[in-house]
Amino acid sequence: MTEPLLSVRDLRVSFQMDEGLVRAVDGTSFDIMPGQVLGVVGESGCGKSVTMRAILQLVEKPGRITDGTICFRRRNGADTVDLARLPPRGAEMRDIRGAEIALIPQEPMAAFSPVHTVGDQIAEAILLHGHRWKEGGRKLRRAEARDITVGLFRDVGISMPEQRIDAYSWQLSGGLRQRAMIAMALSCKPRLLIADEPTTAIDVTTQAQVLALLRDLQARYDTAIIFITHDLGVIAQMASYVVVMYLGRVMEEGPVDEIFHAPKHPYTKALLRSIPSLYGETRVALPVIAGALPHPFNRPPGCPFHPRCPDAMARCSAAVPSLQPVAANQLASCFLHHDVAEPA
Amino acid sequence: MTDSLLEVRGLQKFFPITRGFFQSVVGHVRAVDGVDFTLKEGETLGLVGESGCGKTTASRCILRAIDPTGGQILYRMRSGKVVDLATLPQGELLPLRAEIQMIFQDPFGSLNPRMTLLDNVGEPLLVNGMKNRRERADRVAELLRLVGLRPEFMHRFPHAFSGGQRQRIGIARALATNPRLVVADEPVSALDVSIQAQVLNLLLELQQRLKLTFLFVAHDLSVVRHISDRIAVMYVGQLVELAPTAEIFRQPQHPYTAALMRAVPIADPRVRKDDGILGGEVPSPAAPPSGCYFHPRCRHATARCRAEAPELREVAPGHFSRCHFAGEMTF
Amino acid sequence: MTAVAAGQEAEDRVAVASNWRLVWWRFRRHHLAMASAGLLILLYLVVLFPSFFSTQDPERTDARQAFIPVQSIHLLADGALSPWVPAIVGKRNPTTLRMEWTTDPKKRVPIRFFGAGPEWKLFGLVRTKLHLVVPADPTQRIFLLGSDRLGRDQWSRIMHGTQTSMTVGLVAVALSVILGVVLGGISGYVGGKTDQVIQRIIELLQSVPTIPIWLALSAALPRDWTPIQVFFAITVILSLVGWTTLGREVRGRFLALREEDFVLAARLAGCSRMRIILRHMVPTFVSHIIATSSLAIPVMIINETSLSFLGLGIRPPAISWGVLLQEAQNIQTLALAPWLLIPGLVVIVSVLAFNLVGDGLRDAADPYSH
Ligand SMILES: Nc1ncnc2c1ncn2[C@@H]1O[C@H](COP(=O)(O)OP(=O)(O)OP(=O)(O)O)[C@@H](O)[C@H]1O
Ligand SMILES: Nc1ncnc2c1ncn2[C@@H]1O[C@H](COP(=O)(O)OP(=O)(O)OP(=O)(O)O)[C@@H](O)[C@H]1O
Ligand code: SF4
Ligand code: SF4
Ligand SMILES: [Mg+2]
Ligand SMILES: [Mg+2]
Repeated sequence: MTEPLLSVRDLRVSFQMDEGLVRAVDGTSFDIMPGQVLGVVGESGCGKSVTMRAILQLVEKPGRITDGTICFRRRNGADTVDLARLPPRGAEMRDIRGAEIALIPQEPMAAFSPVHTVGDQIAEAILLHGHRWKEGGRKLRRAEARDITVGLFRDVGISMPEQRIDAYSWQLSGGLRQRAMIAMALSCKPRLLIADEPTTAIDVTTQAQVLALLRDLQARYDTAIIFITHDLGVIAQMASYVVVMYLGRVMEEGPVDEIFHAPKHPYTKALLRSIPSLYGETRVALPVIAGALPHPFNRPPGCPFHPRCPDAMARCSAAVPSLQPVAANQLASCFLHHDVAEPA
Repeated sequence: MTDSLLEVRGLQKFFPITRGFFQSVVGHVRAVDGVDFTLKEGETLGLVGESGCGKTTASRCILRAIDPTGGQILYRMRSGKVVDLATLPQGELLPLRAEIQMIFQDPFGSLNPRMTLLDNVGEPLLVNGMKNRRERADRVAELLRLVGLRPEFMHRFPHAFSGGQRQRIGIARALATNPRLVVADEPVSALDVSIQAQVLNLLLELQQRLKLTFLFVAHDLSVVRHISDRIAVMYVGQLVELAPTAEIFRQPQHPYTAALMRAVPIADPRVRKDDGILGGEVPSPAAPPSGCYFHPRCRHATARCRAEAPELREVAPGHFSRCHFAGEMTF
Repeated sequence: MTAVAAGQEAEDRVAVASNWRLVWWRFRRHHLAMASAGLLILLYLVVLFPSFFSTQDPERTDARQAFIPVQSIHLLADGALSPWVPAIVGKRNPTTLRMEWTTDPKKRVPIRFFGAGPEWKLFGLVRTKLHLVVPADPTQRIFLLGSDRLGRDQWSRIMHGTQTSMTVGLVAVALSVILGVVLGGISGYVGGKTDQVIQRIIELLQSVPTIPIWLALSAALPRDWTPIQVFFAITVILSLVGWTTLGREVRGRFLALREEDFVLAARLAGCSRMRIILRHMVPTFVSHIIATSSLAIPVMIINETSLSFLGLGIRPPAISWGVLLQEAQNIQTLALAPWLLIPGLVVIVSVLAFNLVGDGLRDAADPYSH
């Protein structure tokens, strides 16, 4: 059994706002193995982005990691570091960020500066982590960094890379910008790539191109990818292992086939039923999840899903179910499948 | 026009591209350049296509939120009279405003944040002559109940509601004047997965109860397939295929439609596919390619496609395609 | 009451809260802005009733009482509540032959709050003798902030100067707002050629350096105008230059709002143009206009003060903060009577207060931003 590359345990992140405390991430745990594609799925506001920013220690004020561990296996050895304990601005964190874990942020438009060409920005990142590209620690020259950038652009399938690296981000179409973003993330040869909804803002045809590209890169470089989305179709096509989140907690996790063909948690089941498919019967009422997502200040007590759960029992509003094994490789937090509550 | 409610013929909308201090016109964005379809009373036509293909522009022309450059938009009024919306002067549009309404994409931008639900939903009633506030409140209560909201909410402001609830409020407003034709521009794209299904169900139910006719604009093929009787596919301002839903999914008659369908990620890990991904990018509507607009990306393109622009033609009963080879091969 | 019910009630309260109430709730959280708002209310009370706050006639001169230092108020006398100010004792300097004054806390001049003093008219109508603070003996004079070279009471002069300076600021901004909203609104809503023309005018006005324009314009004012006429001329000059920023902002808002879905919805509902502008567009940016204007007032105040200080704005015998500061131009007077700089302090404090309130308002103006 291989050791996980990254292991998140009971992570909690909260935002202290004037109106009250927002517990954006409220006890999330998952592992990612080297070279695996982990899909994280959940509706808007369930804490997907905050979890990823917490891994990189990029949670902005007034947010704070209040509890939990984020153990990451460094490139050089067998020992792990707890990222949650590292100072966010310290040298070690800076070295990990970008060099070992790269992030493709949710808004690609905001990720590039509009006043520098995309090529310059990527070359800059390459120069910063130059030792990844040159043996013996020799300093990389600017021209070399530019050549590497052209190569990266070609890798991510941008046509005419020599011309395109001199473009500004706002001159690129959505699909090209997303590819440039991926090139940027790959510039330091990360072992873990976090892609936060990389295809939400783009068309299906471009999405298909980007997904194919990511799959191809993953196979070529054996990079582990955490792929975040709210689109179940994308998850089914991309992930090998799936984490389903709701209101800052993991509802269920398991191999992709089990999640789609043998879901255990009522939320996962309801979510799968409620999406229109390309094969189902048309113009009939879809089975829905009743109610709405609660306001972040108004988290329900007990199981976060209980006000909308069709199978809710008396116990569900009183205690928080913990994430427990429910099948060979599958875990769920639901009292239908076990009766282990979170310690109060 | 025989029995249809709406008939769109050769619709065009060009936006001028201006340059320089004197704003001289140096070209045109052909946002919509050749859209033809009919809508029968009580049916739903889904309009799909990639971003920038002109879906919003076409639907806003029909609503006369913008003035079309060319073409006809024939509409059969409740009285039976047929008018051409494309050329109707602004002054004569008012009675039609009540009959043709719109549902917006963005649940946050489409409601006036300074007005209560009563005023937001009641606004179309007020400007259409329902001056009595009590009467209006009764009608708003009825509308809120219709879309599944509590009538007591009418004194609240939009900020008190979630995205899905606001979308319901937007639907209530659209229905206030008993419209016959409702243009919905991406009404569920901004909603969460679990809320999307609720709103789709609501739209289907309302259509049956109120005999509404929908023009349903969206980019998500599975959503469009679920709700539409017929589907129209747009590419760079043109309609490239139009057919009944089951028919178009059984046998698409345009390579673009086929590619679009292949690109939809299937929510089943056992059906993984990597072949037939459409390469390249959508051309700019300001400088479309020669011949068939799709030829730079089409894997069936021939010399004829580069030179000669195909016409939209009926290749099977009720099945239209803008491809030279439609009906001759499977895509 | 359970916590859940309390939470529900709070939510209901927010649900029916209008925009203005939300703005107020957010503004209230800025403590500094709240304190500044309190100060501004006080200042505007002074603007309304300067004579009530004065201890005497601001024009009363007495060459024998020049450069009297600050007489500060003491509330307690021998442990009992009985307000007084220390008396002034004068001594002629044998070398300069000037009178030099010092306060003598041993000799007390009793004062009274809300006592009778010189008569004044409330809004020019109702006669009254009520003053905030007066010497108990009406034949005596007190100088809470000292006196100037003509023996005029600086405290009373600041009260009247406040009225002028703050009114100029307010009126000039009000005129700018009207100009800015109307021209900016036309520019933004009509668009096309009209928009181009108005934009070019704004650019022109903004590219001319302001100080020389003011100098030229105010130098052009006839010398024989009454202080009132000069006052209005100055306000108009200030606002003619000041409307451009607001005009730009309003135009920008109009352009942005024209594209908003809810405005399109109103159009599709069948609303007339006028109704769309007045009912749907304008209300969404009044709070921004108020915030911007409250940030423009201090600029106007500074402008008026500088002009008057240079002798080009409001001229004596009218009193404004700038006119008062003119008195402090002379280095020698400053060494002799540093209290004559107090009007400068008043300017700083009020400008700061306006800026703090403006910042608070700007933050609160859009309660839907998060
Ligand atoms: N900077 C912040 N300040 C306050 N609250 C925040 C902040 N960032 C996130 N939150 C809160 O944290 C919760 C989780 O947010 P997050 O961005 O992780 O959601 P998400 O799952 O990524 O959703 P989406 O699909 O919309 O991107 C939300 O309820 C949000 O209100
Ligand atoms: N007011 C305008 N001025 C100039 N060009 C415009 C204007 N509105 C739209 N366009 C252009 O017209 C084309 C069609 O735009 P439209 O918004 O109709 O596309 P769409 O199919 O609705 O796309 P999306 O899926 O992104 O909403 C685009 O290329 C767009 O840039
Ligand atoms: S714990 Fe209870 S409420 Fe939560 S998902 Fe399971 S059955 Fe539903
Ligand atoms: S006409 Fe030619 S290029 Fe156009 S879609 Fe048909 S085969 Fe492709
Ligand atoms: Mg996110
Ligand atoms: Mg659109």
